[in-house]
Amino acid sequence: MDTPQYNTDIVRSFILWSVIWGLVAIVVGLVVSVQMTNPELNFPPYFTFGRLRPLHTNAGIYGWAVGVIFATFYYIVQRLCKVRIWSDKLATFQLWFFNATIIAAAISLLLGFNTSKEYHELEWPVDIMVVVLWVAFAINIIMTIIKRQEEQMYISLWYMMAAIIGVAILYLVNAAEVPVSLFKSYSIYAGTNDANVQWWFGHNAVAMVLTAPPLAMFYYFLPKTTGVPIYSHKISIISFWSLIFMYLWTGTHHLLWTPVPDWIQTLAMAFSLMLIAPSWGSVINGYLSMKGQWHQMRDNYLVKFLIIGITFYGLQTLQGPMQAIRSFSAFIHYTDWVPAHIHMGTMGWVSMIAFASIYYLVPRIYGKELYSIQLANLHFWLILIGQLIWSISLWIAGVLQAGMWNAMNPDGSLTYTFMETMVEMYPYWWARTIGGVIFLAGVLVFVFNLIKTIRGGESLVSSAVPVEGRA
Amino acid sequence: MWEKRPILFLILATAAIMTGTTITMIVPFLSVNTEADRIESVKPYTPLQQEGRDVYIREGCNNCHTQTVRPLVSEVLRYGEYSKSGEFVYDRPFLWGSKRTGPDLARLGGKYPDAWHYKHMASPRTMIPGSNMPDYGWLSKNPLDPDLARRKMKVLDFPYTEKQIADLATKNEMDAIVAYLQKLGNDIPWRKAAQTTIVGDLKNPFIGNKDAIEAGEHLYENSCAPCHGEDRQGEIGPELTDIDMDDADLYEIIHNGISDGGMPAFGSLGSEKVWQLVNYLKEKDDD
Ligand code: HEC
Ligand code: HEC
Ligand code: HEM
Ligand code: HEM
Repeated sequence: MDTPQYNTDIVRSFILWSVIWGLVAIVVGLVVSVQMTNPELNFPPYFTFGRLRPLHTNAGIYGWAVGVIFATFYYIVQRLCKVRIWSDKLATFQLWFFNATIIAAAISLLLGFNTSKEYHELEWPVDIMVVVLWVAFAINIIMTIIKRQEEQMYISLWYMMAAIIGVAILYLVNAAEVPVSLFKSYSIYAGTNDANVQWWFGHNAVAMVLTAPPLAMFYYFLPKTTGVPIYSHKISIISFWSLIFMYLWTGTHHLLWTPVPDWIQTLAMAFSLMLIAPSWGSVINGYLSMKGQWHQMRDNYLVKFLIIGITFYGLQTLQGPMQAIRSFSAFIHYTDWVPAHIHMGTMGWVSMIAFASIYYLVPRIYGKELYSIQLANLHFWLILIGQLIWSISLWIAGVLQAGMWNAMNPDGSLTYTFMETMVEMYPYWWARTIGGVIFLAGVLVFVFNLIKTIRGGESLVSSAVPVEGRA
Repeated sequence: MWEKRPILFLILATAAIMTGTTITMIVPFLSVNTEADRIESVKPYTPLQQEGRDVYIREGCNNCHTQTVRPLVSEVLRYGEYSKSGEFVYDRPFLWGSKRTGPDLARLGGKYPDAWHYKHMASPRTMIPGSNMPDYGWLSKNPLDPDLARRKMKVLDFPYTEKQIADLATKNEMDAIVAYLQKLGNDIPWRKAAQTTIVGDLKNPFIGNKDAIEAGEHLYENSCAPCHGEDRQGEIGPELTDIDMDDADLYEIIHNGISDGGMPAFGSLGSEKVWQLVNYLKEKDDD
């Protein structure tokens, strides 16, 4: 049978744009980090911390992470289904609509059109754009799967389909709002109900955007890279179904000790602890797939990205459940510990897997040898060190801050005023900025390597890597 | 079987997702914000307060400030009575936040006089050295839009009068945000209830103690100077250069504050520090 003519143009374009939005996210992340130590660098009205921080998180999650998801899913779905994507036109529309949405999001956030709901800040007109975008993507992926030539659906396709359905449900329910003008709306839920809906959304955005899709990439690219299949199909099945079943019970672990009814908090805590099992199911499955292949950690830079990435996923899914325990939450909730958790996930897990996927894809879709493996290694070490400095300094900061907030004198009064605790954070916020600069340096090395590869890299004709797509 | 049938797979995945969703997200609507947690004294926002709330949202104050006090000892001491579900029934959206780069604001209403807020919002660092809160003085240049405000009140179904709407024309966004901040957490009479009656006789433990006076001076600079002035000359609060009170009365004022007068309570500093302040003020008073 002839190899089908896959659409690789769409993969190329999404890679390009996701990297651009990723750079924007990181640079804005650095800006907000510097604003926390140097508040004189707020430039009202558009460039204040309160407006830039949502821009950072939205560019990171919707520009960078979702952009890479679009790129890799379009690549993976065609290979696993052995057919071209269902509609090229719809995919091209989706690409330009994606960029239009991110630009509309960025501008509207700077103008202050903001719902205040974390990871759902976009006001209703941009919300509608996000929905259209996702529907276009969902139709194209699902139709491609339906008309596939390969009977069995591989693990990656399960995670992709779950993410598509999950995001759709979450986004629509949390978006319910009544407009008062083109730029302003009010949530239809109030107070405690609104909080509960928001964190049901918030935590499962983590599940359906920052967990399931990177797992789909991991399950596809790890065996492709090492040449050895995933260790256990059974573990894959069990972890998949228990993961998507359990996640939805846990949102309220963001609201422990708040007025949300106690029984929901208790369920959230219990299910968060249980989540360790399916999360580690994938971690262990990944490790066991490396049996006899561990030398590749040294020889193959791609394996290094993938295995360190899944290791951070493993750490993340141990730390997360710990934070979901009431007593621990009482201590670290609201402190700088939490951003450290987040960035181990976004920089260590999601970004590592994203970088690995792009390194895998670019030589294949451009038919060029990677410009420099040394630079890829340098990239690896810079982002690893940058992220570790980022997270470790803020874990220390968080524990210190929590300790001071709770410190009491023998007579039952508080030891520290709020300001005495707050000024102690400055050195750690500086360290975070330094970690961020190192991370950014790593990403710039990556971008340079990609440009060199695409522009002038050696053609792959003589190499072992097969050129795919356009003949 | 399901591994070969995408439609079946999608149905099963939806069912898995909807189970936890139904129980932890949909079912709570049956009990939350019903009569069971209603608090009579909690009132909807006035047009001016709601305008202020919308400025708070637009400026993303929730990125640095939370608005919910948890029932934990240190937290109740620091911020006040812990938050109740019934206090938030008019909050669309909720603004509990997730990060305390700045302090919690759930019980802010009535803590400071309006004048403190105008000064602090315009320039946080001149009042609180070391703060990293951005300057918001520019808000006072932005007018409010009465027509939009009326539409908001209709959508939210809050009561309002045409006079309240008309008055907005004379106010700016800074007035609105201060009005909003003064409402926060103030609908239940917690402040009065939290005032501890001081039991036992109040005896100054540090009379003439130089270290205590020095510590008191340091505390004064951090906690009192923003309102009573660097040299106790008075600003938002009265001058403190000539205090006609005995030690015990002075202790009580600092400990409990004067809640109707805009003098915050400093009992959470602990009795030792309050006594240090008393000794510092008395020492300066003498010369
Ligand atoms: C970069 C983080 C940051 C942002 C954004 C921010 N604040 Fe603050 N805020 C702080 C810090 C830190 C403090 C404590 C020091 C001080 O009083 O300035 C504070 C203190 C306050 C206080 C005094 C609280 C008390 O109990 O003493 C109020 C009121 C306040 N902020 C209101 C606001 C409003 C309203 C906004 C939005 C327009 C805002 N803040 C935005 C960091 C921030
Ligand atoms: C938010 C501003 C503010 C802060 C901060 C503040 N005060 Fe006051 N204080 C006031 C106001 C306003 C009054 C007047 C209240 C009244 O009489 O109704 C007052 C009154 C007083 C009085 C009574 C004066 C008199 O002659 O009756 C004393 C004593 C006092 N403050 C001491 C302190 C000390 C000590 C601190 C620091 C721990 C402090 N205040 C911090 C605003 C403040
Ligand atoms: C150089 C790299 C980065 C730097 C310097 C940086 C910096 C920051 C800073 C300063 C904050 C605010 C923390 C606070 O309020 O205390 C933040 C929050 C956040 N960042 Fe980043 N960031 C970086 C990379 C990323 C990336 C790549 C992503 C996502 C893919 C990301 C996602 C987030 C999220 C989700 C939050 C919200 C945290 C919360 O809600 O508590 N960041 N970041
Ligand atoms: C078993 C898995 C996990 C559990 C149980 C878990 C648990 C938690 C908890 C309890 C919090 C709230 C912390 C607080 O505010 O006190 C939190 C925050 C967060 N986690 Fe995780 N986590 C898990 C995995 C992950 C992964 C894989 C990521 C990927 C990046 C991630 C990203 C985040 C983000 C972005 C937040 C911040 C939300 C906010 O804005 O406050 N988590 N997590």
